[in-house]
Formats: sequence, C-alpha cells, structure tokens
Amino acid sequence: MIKVQNITKRFGDFAALHGIDLEIEDGEFVALLGPSGSGKTTLLRIIAGLEFQDGGEVYFGGEDVSRLKVADRHVGFVFQQYALFRHMTVAENVAFGLSVKKRRDRPSKAEIRARADELLRLVQLEGLGARYPGQLSGGQRQRVALARALAIEPKLLLLDEPFGALDAKVRKDLRRWLRDLHKQMGLTSIFVTHDQEEALELADRVVVMDHGKIEQVGTPEEIYMNPRTAFVSHFVGETNRVAGEGGEVHFRPHDVDVVEEGGETVLVDNVFRKGGAWRVEGALVETGLLVEFDMDAALAPPATGTEVRIAPRRSRLFNPA
Amino acid sequence: MSSTTFPPPTARARTWRKPSVLPGFALTFGTTIGWLSLIVLIPIATIFLKAAGMGWRHFLEVGFSDRALAAYRLSFGTAAAAGLVNAVFGLLVAWVLVRYAFPGKKVVSALVDLPFALPTAVAGIALTALYSPNGWIGQFLDPLGIKVAFTPLGITIALVFIGLPFVVRSVEPVLADLGKDVEEAAATLGASRSQTFARVIFPAIGPALLTGFAMAFARGVGEYGSVIFISGNMPGKTEIAPLLIVTQLEQYAYEGATAIAVVMMLVSFGILLAINALQAAGRRRMGA
Amino acid sequence: MKLRATTEGRLTQALLIALALAFLAFFLLLPLVAVFSEALKAGIGAFVAAIATPDAWAAIKLTLLIAAISVPLNVVFGIAASWAITKFSFPGKSLLITLIDLPFSVSPVVSGLIFVLLFGANGLFGHWLAEHDLKIIFAVPGIVLATVFITFPFVARELIPLMMEQGKDDEEAALSLGASGWQTFWHVTLPNIRWGLLYGVLLCNARAMGEFGAVSVVSGHIRGETNTMPLHVEILYNEYDFVGAFAVASLLAGLALVTLVAKSVLEWRFDLHSGAKH
Repeated sequence: MIKVQNITKRFGDFAALHGIDLEIEDGEFVALLGPSGSGKTTLLRIIAGLEFQDGGEVYFGGEDVSRLKVADRHVGFVFQQYALFRHMTVAENVAFGLSVKKRRDRPSKAEIRARADELLRLVQLEGLGARYPGQLSGGQRQRVALARALAIEPKLLLLDEPFGALDAKVRKDLRRWLRDLHKQMGLTSIFVTHDQEEALELADRVVVMDHGKIEQVGTPEEIYMNPRTAFVSHFVGETNRVAGEGGEVHFRPHDVDVVEEGGETVLVDNVFRKGGAWRVEGALVETGLLVEFDMDAALAPPATGTEVRIAPRRSRLFNPA
Repeated sequence: MSSTTFPPPTARARTWRKPSVLPGFALTFGTTIGWLSLIVLIPIATIFLKAAGMGWRHFLEVGFSDRALAAYRLSFGTAAAAGLVNAVFGLLVAWVLVRYAFPGKKVVSALVDLPFALPTAVAGIALTALYSPNGWIGQFLDPLGIKVAFTPLGITIALVFIGLPFVVRSVEPVLADLGKDVEEAAATLGASRSQTFARVIFPAIGPALLTGFAMAFARGVGEYGSVIFISGNMPGKTEIAPLLIVTQLEQYAYEGATAIAVVMMLVSFGILLAINALQAAGRRRMGA
Repeated sequence: MKLRATTEGRLTQALLIALALAFLAFFLLLPLVAVFSEALKAGIGAFVAAIATPDAWAAIKLTLLIAAISVPLNVVFGIAASWAITKFSFPGKSLLITLIDLPFSVSPVVSGLIFVLLFGANGLFGHWLAEHDLKIIFAVPGIVLATVFITFPFVARELIPLMMEQGKDDEEAALSLGASGWQTFWHVTLPNIRWGLLYGVLLCNARAMGEFGAVSVVSGHIRGETNTMPLHVEILYNEYDFVGAFAVASLLAGLALVTLVAKSVLEWRFDLHSGAKH
C-alpha cells in the first residue's frame, strides 16, 4: 500500500501542494487528474523521490520512505518526454538499471541480456533492441521507456503524462495496450494526466486535483456521476452551469429532456451532429446563459432561431465557494 | 554518494538553494567558486587594490597623462572604426550565409571563424607582410599615397580582422531564427523588399548587430598581438593602450601600467554591462 | 531557383554574394595565404631548417606543455561549473555566469599584468617567492597561470547552454533506475555532452597554444626556456628572420586550420544529432 500523508510543497511563494493525503491499494491503477499547475506532477515526483516535500511523509507498505533517495525507492518512473539515453541502443536503455547495480547484486551479462529481451517482448518491441531511440516512432519510444522502468522490478510504476507527446491515434492504441498490461501484471501504478477521458478510461480510481489540493477521489463512475465539487463537475465531462436558487446548477448535456410544458426555454443558436445525437447550442431566454444539450437523433433537429423547452433529468446544486 | 539517508526535508527546505535529487552540488559549486576566485577574482581584485593604493591624484596623473590619453584615443578610435566596418560587412556576410545558396558555402562559413582560431601574432605578421609598402597589397597603395602599415589605418585593418566573427556569429542565429513568414506577411501587406528590410528585418536583428559591434569593439580595444606588428608603435601617434602598458612594465613603471590597465578594464566592464542590459532588454521585448 | 516574393532578384543576390566573398577573401583568406607563402618563399629546405633549430623545438615543446596543463584544468572546471549551474537552482546564478565570462572582457596584456602584480619581483607575493626560491613570473608557472586565465571561460560557456537545453530528465531517469551519482555522470551525462565538450576543448586548445599578449607579459622571453611558439615568432620577426618567423607561424596557422575543420565537422555532427532528437 502506498500512503501519502499531509504532503506540502512550496516553490518560492507558490504553494504547489497543501496537505495532500492519499492511500493507494496494492495493484491499483490510479490517475492523478487536474489542469496544469494543479500540483499533480509535483505529487508524482515527490512519491518517486525526484522532488522533496516541505512537510509530510510518504509510506511504501508501511515503511516511511520520505528520506530515501530515488535510487533506493525502487520505483519505475516513465518521463513525459521519455528521457531515453540517446547514445545507448534500445536494449542498452532497457538493461541500464540492471547494469548499474553493485557488482554483488548485478546479474551476469547473459542474464541481463535475456531480461532485456524478455521485456522488449513484453512491450512488443522484439527485434528492435539494436536500434537507437532516435530511430523509433513516438509510441515505440514510450514503450521502451516503460520496459526500462520495469527492468528494475519496481514496487510501484509512476508515469508522468504517459501519452502527452503522442498523436491521437497512437494514443488510443497505447492506452488500451497499457490497460491490458496493467491487468496482466497487476503492478501498482500511478499516472498523471490532464486528459479526463484518459483518466476515466484507464484508471481504477481517479484523484482529481486543483490548486494543490485534492478535490475528489473516486472510481471513474463516482467522479463522473457524483462530482463532489463544482470544479470536478466542470473539469470532468461536459457540464452546463446555470444560476439556480442558492447556488450554481450543473447538468450534463446528455441528461436533458426536451419537454412540452414547464422547464426552461432555450433559443436555439446552432445544431450539429455529435456522435449518435443532435447537439443543440443555445441560450436560456430568461437569463441569456449559454447551454448545450443532446437530442435524440431520430427526431427532427430544431431549427436555428426557434425555441425549445428543456428540463434536466439529473442536476447538481453547488454552493458558491 | 552511497548513503541512503539525507537530512530531514524540513531542514533542507531552509537552505538557500532549492533541494534537488541530483548529487554533487557541494563538490561542483565548491570547485567552481574556489577556482574562479583563485584564477580570476582575486587576481583582478589585486589590480584594483594596487590602483586604490596609488592615491587619487597620482592615479589621474599617470592614468590620464598626455601619452596615455593619446593611446586611449587611438585604441578606442580604431576599435570603433573597425567595429563599424564589421557591423556593415559582418551583417552582409551573415545575410549571405543565412539566405543564399552558393557553392563552397560551408568552407566560407568555417573561414569566418579563422580570427578565433589563428594566433594573433600570426595574424599580425601576416597583415604586416601584406600591407607594408613593399607588401602584396601595400605596393599598390603606396604609389597612391595611401599608407597602411605603421598608421592608424593599419591598426584598424588588424582590428577588422579580429572583430569580424563577433558580428557574424551574433547576427547569424537571429537572422536564421527570423522566419520567412514575417517577411512574407510584410509582402502580403504590400511592403516592398526594401521596406521589409528597413521596417521588419533590421529592427529584429538590431540588438544582435549592436551586441556584435560591442563585442568586436571591446575585443579591439584590448587587442595586442595582431596590432603591434602593423602599428609601428610610435608614442603619441601609433601607440595603442595595451602596448603602452607593456612599455610601462618594461620600464618597471608598475603604477603607470596599473592605472592604464584599470582605466581600460573599467571601460571594458562598462561595455560588458551595457551588452548584458541590451540583451536582457531584447529578450524582454521579444518575450523569450 | 524558385521565384519568390520574399527574396532579392538574382542579380542582387549575385552582387551581394560577390561583395561578401570579396571582403572575406581580402581580410581573412589573403593573410592566411600570406603566412604559408612567406614561409615557403625561400624553398622547403629553408622552411625545414627554420623549424629544426633547437630554439624552435623548445618553443614547440613548451607550447604543447602549456596546452597539456591548462586545457585539462579548464575541462575539469568547465564540467564542474556547468553541472552546478545547470542542474541546480540557486540565487546569484546569472552573476556567476557573468563572472566566468569576465576574462573575455579583459585585455590579454592586462591579464598578464595582474599576475606580474601578484607574483613579480615587486609584486604582492614577490618577496615571499624570492625568499623561498620560487619563480612564477618569467617562468613556466606564470605562463600557465596567464593561459588558464585567458582560456578560463571556453569549456564552461560551451557546456552551460548545452546542458541547460538537455535538462535534468536523463539524470533523473538514471537515478530512478538505481544508478549512483558517478554512474549517472559517466554513463548518461558525459555521453550527452561529449561533442560539446570536445568543441570547447578544441577552441580552448587553439587559444592556449596561440595566446600572445598575456603570455608575452609574464614570460620574460627567455629563448629556449620561456618562449612559446607565438613569442618565438615575434622574436624571429623582430630579428628580421622573416622566413623563420613565418615558418613557425605556418605551424600555428596549420593548427588553426585543423581546428576550423574539426570544429566544422563537429557542427555538422551537432546538426545530425539535433535532427535525430526531434
């Protein structure tokens, strides 16, 4: 179990993290989700031992590792830009962690080579061991970085924006592949992302962060369906925000019914097809606030300039902070 | 390096540098400061101490004697003239190297750095051989009444040689960075080629050109090896300031040498500060 | 050539290229040619004879010795300084960089003078040195000191921007994989900076072997003892032994050419590297 207790971190006048508490079970796949500047990468680096907290502790399986160097924490870290050693071949990169072990702990050359080959097979890069990182595609480099991190048999795998540097198609394939790999290996893993779709699709649990604080921790389902704060509701998934009695009312575009009577009147501004539905953009007649909602694609779309009455099926009220 | 613990994080947070996982700060920072102090800072401080010990009046007397003033005028004057020549031709060379394709461009580009690589004494005797009255070039100039060797003109030519790469190498990257797109934008907005150069390109490379000029100027003021062979070294006429320092030293006039050296260093540091301020201003304006 | 809205006409281009090349030929190429031509003026036999004198040999050996001492010192310093500056954040960093560059803005003659003021017969430590029978000025240690001062910034200023650009990711990755500090430096940092380091060494070496002003002030010009090659060139020239002067000078010019070629090759390789990186 990984436990983070009351972690604080400042960069000069900027409070990057205040009082973070988090527990992660063995074998879990956890996403740290938040906008840039939310402190998610700083938290990941503190867990790895690449950054030092100003206060608080980090425990690996009950052991306080706060004062352990990164080399002694046995974490696998995958860097956002991969940080592959350009002058080493792919196989040498993967074997690096084993080849720098102290002589008495170091496996023989043959064993190291066998282990590197095995890992390259695992990340589906068999036969590319003799290449240099510069000769690989972005997705391949990502997998080399992963194999390299796994070579030291880490207790914990940490990934900083693992798909950030890839284009959309490769990103989707790799995502699925990584999820399968995690299922297969069962290694406790934490990854940082600013992409809510990525977090919801991959993680067992999502930690939503903003301004150095944890906003909510929960399964993707909980985060999406029961956002606890206005920030989470707004940041994860699409959300309409309108003023209501006693606060802000949030509702998802797909949680809207078109009704004959009651509800709110919307002046339709634009209609287009989005996935299997019509996406309608318009403004509430009463307040002028902009809203978006989905309509059954089987129905005829409303024309621009017409008025439609809507009623949210599900909505949440958030008190002003 | 093999120990697994370090002081508690709270104690680290109070140190003056930001904590880092990378090792070796104490070793490398200590080496840097120690060696810098030993080789550069303490020796430079000595000369200022020595000057301070001379007394104000004596310092002015030897530091600004007629002979010293003539030497400053000559050194600063020829360095400025050479800097201007280099600003014009350095810009031209940089422009040609960045913008046009022609055979042998790589060789030409390498040649630009020759003054950085060629020992100054070698340049000095070579230039003298070229420009002395019976030299390769001098023999054609002499009948026209143009004297180069042993005149300020000769000194200027030596300083043009020394300073050229400073201008080319500071303008080149800026020019290369200045995307074609801004010029294309200017063209689509109806600007002529000369308008584009004057109003778009020149303002963008101006700071780099000025920096190159200042660096060439600063180097020229202090230059010794390439100049003394061609200058003739006549006191009050073709005696540059660095040579005057050497002359004073040879006569064991340490105070005179010190005073002149301090005057030159203050001017050099002034130029250095101006360059830094200029670059900082340029960076702020470009938002980089 | 494609017709473009944003380039000069062909004639203007040709004119500008011709002007630039003429300027370079006149001011850079011609002096270089003059060195070799003057050196070989009296035939290859005279050239060899001029170089084969004991004084010339002594100068060559001394020059190599000076470079062999001062370049490694600057390499160690340059690596230490750029590691401290680029891998850590601390206040006063830009001041430190400015101070490292300081020797560039000091006249070579003044660079020599400061060591004379420190260690010369009338210098701050002159008396103490004389008492202990130590000689720095007008001796090899003084030449080394002046050379180290002059070449001080060369390696550091090549490495600082390079290591700044490379960041700390690679080192952090190595550490997270269990490497020690030295392992990280040898296996990851050094290979990453090797070409930049070599580039700095090249420039540093060229200057160390070619320095004239600073060395001239501290050396005392003792033939066969404290004469470096550039100083030997001056002595021969002032004795009107032009063939001898240019012969030794041509060796230095050859060194400059080798430096330029090696430098160009490295720059070409650098481009190759940055191309592979992105």
